[in-house]
Amino acid sequence: MGSYSSELKRSKDSDESARRSSFPDEVLERVLSLLKSHRDRSSVSLVCKDWYNAERWSRTHVFIGNCYSVSPEIVARRFPRIRSVTLKGKPRFSDFNLVPENWGADIHAWLVVFAAKYPFLEELRLKRMAISDESLEFLAISFPNFKALSLLSCDGFSTNGLAAIATHCKNLTELDIQENGIDDKGGSWLSCFPESFTSLEVLNFANLTSDINFDALEKLVGRCKSMRVLKLNRSVSLEQLQRLLVSAPQLAELGTGSFSQELTIHEYEDLESTLSNCKNMHTLSGLWDAKGIYLPALYPACSHLTFLNLSYAALQSVELAKLLAHCPRLKRLWVLDTVEDKGLEAVGLNCPLLEELRVFPADPFDDEIVHGVTEAGFVAVSFGCPRLHYVLYFCRQMTNAAVATIVQNCPDFTHFRLCIMNPGQPDYLTNEPMDEAFGAVVKTCTKLQRLSVSGLLTDLTFEYIGRYAKNLETLSVAFAGRSDWGMQCVLGGCPKLRKLEIRDCPFGNAALLSGLEKYESMRSLWMSACNVTMNGCRLLAREMPRLNVEVMKEDGSDDSQADKVYVYRSIAGPRRDAPPSVLTL
Amino acid sequence: MEGSGVGGSESGSMSTVSRDDNMVVSSEDSSCPDESELELGLGLSLGGKSGGFKMHQLSKGGQFARILTAKDFPSVISAASPSSSSSSSSSSLSRANVTAGTKRTADSVAAANGSSQVVGWPPIRAYRMNSMVNQEKNLAAEGFNSTMVNHKSETSMVEKTTAGIGKYQNNGNTKLRKSLFVKANMDGIPIGRKVDLNAHESYEKLAKTLEDMFLKTTSSVNPTGSMTLELGAMKKITRPSKLLDGSSDFVLTYEDREGDWMLVGDVPWEMFLSSVKRLRIMRTSEATGLAPQLQERNQRQKSYVPTHETLPSLKTFAETKSAIRDSMNSWQMGMMVEMSKPLCNSECYVRP
Repeated sequence: MGSYSSELKRSKDSDESARRSSFPDEVLERVLSLLKSHRDRSSVSLVCKDWYNAERWSRTHVFIGNCYSVSPEIVARRFPRIRSVTLKGKPRFSDFNLVPENWGADIHAWLVVFAAKYPFLEELRLKRMAISDESLEFLAISFPNFKALSLLSCDGFSTNGLAAIATHCKNLTELDIQENGIDDKGGSWLSCFPESFTSLEVLNFANLTSDINFDALEKLVGRCKSMRVLKLNRSVSLEQLQRLLVSAPQLAELGTGSFSQELTIHEYEDLESTLSNCKNMHTLSGLWDAKGIYLPALYPACSHLTFLNLSYAALQSVELAKLLAHCPRLKRLWVLDTVEDKGLEAVGLNCPLLEELRVFPADPFDDEIVHGVTEAGFVAVSFGCPRLHYVLYFCRQMTNAAVATIVQNCPDFTHFRLCIMNPGQPDYLTNEPMDEAFGAVVKTCTKLQRLSVSGLLTDLTFEYIGRYAKNLETLSVAFAGRSDWGMQCVLGGCPKLRKLEIRDCPFGNAALLSGLEKYESMRSLWMSACNVTMNGCRLLAREMPRLNVEVMKEDGSDDSQADKVYVYRSIAGPRRDAPPSVLTL
Repeated sequence: MEGSGVGGSESGSMSTVSRDDNMVVSSEDSSCPDESELELGLGLSLGGKSGGFKMHQLSKGGQFARILTAKDFPSVISAASPSSSSSSSSSSLSRANVTAGTKRTADSVAAANGSSQVVGWPPIRAYRMNSMVNQEKNLAAEGFNSTMVNHKSETSMVEKTTAGIGKYQNNGNTKLRKSLFVKANMDGIPIGRKVDLNAHESYEKLAKTLEDMFLKTTSSVNPTGSMTLELGAMKKITRPSKLLDGSSDFVLTYEDREGDWMLVGDVPWEMFLSSVKRLRIMRTSEATGLAPQLQERNQRQKSYVPTHETLPSLKTFAETKSAIRDSMNSWQMGMMVEMSKPLCNSECYVRP
């Protein structure tokens, strides 16, 4: 697409006067409407005024990575024809309880503007936003064409809000509720879908804990013939799952409920045969409390599986191995570390097409129990899965040598997120820092976009990152580094850095201020429990007026310390909805 | 704050198009689109919006508990940093044990497990932590279950019988017996396990499970030098059935509610269930202090009793055990012999 736009630009320059007659705006808009990538659209809009206009009139989806970087009015003014909005709110560390409760990122102000400017809005996808039941109801009644709602890691609402959506959104095709802080008041919301409602294609309520009215669910699934994604919550039993699947064998993505009901042989066989009818299934998740003995029922449904999410099923290595033998096409796998290194060996043996692996800890807080996975498991996967490019790995021990081997086997890493769970832990064999491990990663994996580091790390790690990680966009750092120099290296290198999040590192004002020019090209910077002071933050705010510098103070801390700092670029100016604990400088 | 690029259509100049504008609204998310970034994070339940639903509230509005940070880990952080107020933390933690089923504190989970935690570390989402808490109850049950079922044929399924391993509710089905999970460790093995005592009916079954867990499962963890020795020593114990009958180098002990370490098998099974906190497969050489400990209990204040290091040795204990070693071939028989020794008076077993 880049070459296309430059080609067009050249032809335009040479034939200025003929341009208008040969390239009417409507045609340009039509052509540009085919552009989906936001980056391409950005490039296109910079070509000239006509192209800027054509682009803004043809754009139907807007992605806003930081809801405070722009105001809804500005968005509405520039893009008059938006039908789909994706918004992200709180800083990512809010997932880990590092952001005050009432920090902000409330969707309501956006909805009010959208109701006025985009009455034809169809899709809303929110991540880490605060949304109330009132907002959900407002949404449900303000947009008659509304089709898709996706809430990921949001909070502030209850199942009452979902009831409003179910009641009023006549054209709903997607209701995707994932990992939210939702107040689950019961399952009656599901019964709010009217009898005449048949358009649902995506239903994901795995987040919720209470029982839903199964009868209503069964009827809903039965009449929504286009349903392709169904993710149940834990309250749905195996028997009920089987009944649902009978009326929805076309499902492409299935999230089971609890997988541990005691079945008779007859019931088991029913389940098995129903599952074998699901020929389209490419994604499988749920499997809470999965009993190993029932897993074979899944085998016939696994032949085309590309994504298997076992991160809520505490499987043992043998169970996993047997299951994976039936999943030759697997590209993405999420597991708990109960499978241990042996299970990961099985991954390496059975899944040659694997591209993504996430290993979550089943028992992250238990220091005494040391099981889970080690470097051996990761190495085993790397030998068997050369296409691996996305890994999230929680472990309790790692070595530099292992990581070097891993990236040698898999040089195409785009996302490398390694979490050695004990903060500041060195290479357990050599007792050295883990600098060389991450050095190997950035040197070898030239396509690296996202990196999370852990273990004992000196400034050398950051020297490596700054020097070699040319495509790095997101960097997460915790309990690492020795001095300001580390952070300065990163800010001085990494030309594509967009998000930098740091906690509990000895980086201070010098480091913070070394990135003065850089922050405007980044989405955001987070620094908590570092050595940054209020004065440093004030200086940053003064020097860079187009950045919002926010400090979250904690009770009882030194007045001069900036406990948590969140810096982001914005064309909307400082925000006005910050709670008292958040100071905008 | 200039909005020069915004609405620049009127001004007619290319330079009014703002790159800033574009960067703000157009940068693409590089993470996986579908499942998005389901990174994990643990969250403290901090209360809902004002006027909203019920979530437990922490003490100060707009504030949140900071329980421990890496500043409390001097080995990790080199730079000096101000100490944060932790006075509110413990009270917040106890309050945080109440869950509203939403962003429940994973720190309370940590507290329940008895480990002190850094806030927000490891970076696991609250949602996942909530699910893990419920999963834990089934974790060891699964291990136990698969061991049991492996002996059955592949085609036979567990009928709707009692069994009652683990706890679940299933839309009106009878709620089955609750699990009673305790940690079990074996000297020389860093890998501990959890075992559901309610899934066993007797000491003998418990011992068998523990033998399966600690002796039959091959560890894939690369052992350090010292650990290799332990594993090697372990492998000499070949006959599992003799592990806990006094004939091996190990003996099964447990920590009771009062923090005392006792030999397993001294008391009736049900009474054991009500008082056991955790299990430890101890080296016989280090288990020698358990007898006098029991006798002293009544005179002693309730306090946590540390491990074997401080217990005096008692030669007669080991000698007695070796004497019966050859004649006993079952765990339970071995323990019955132990019970016949005057380990303590009957008052020990009286619980308020």
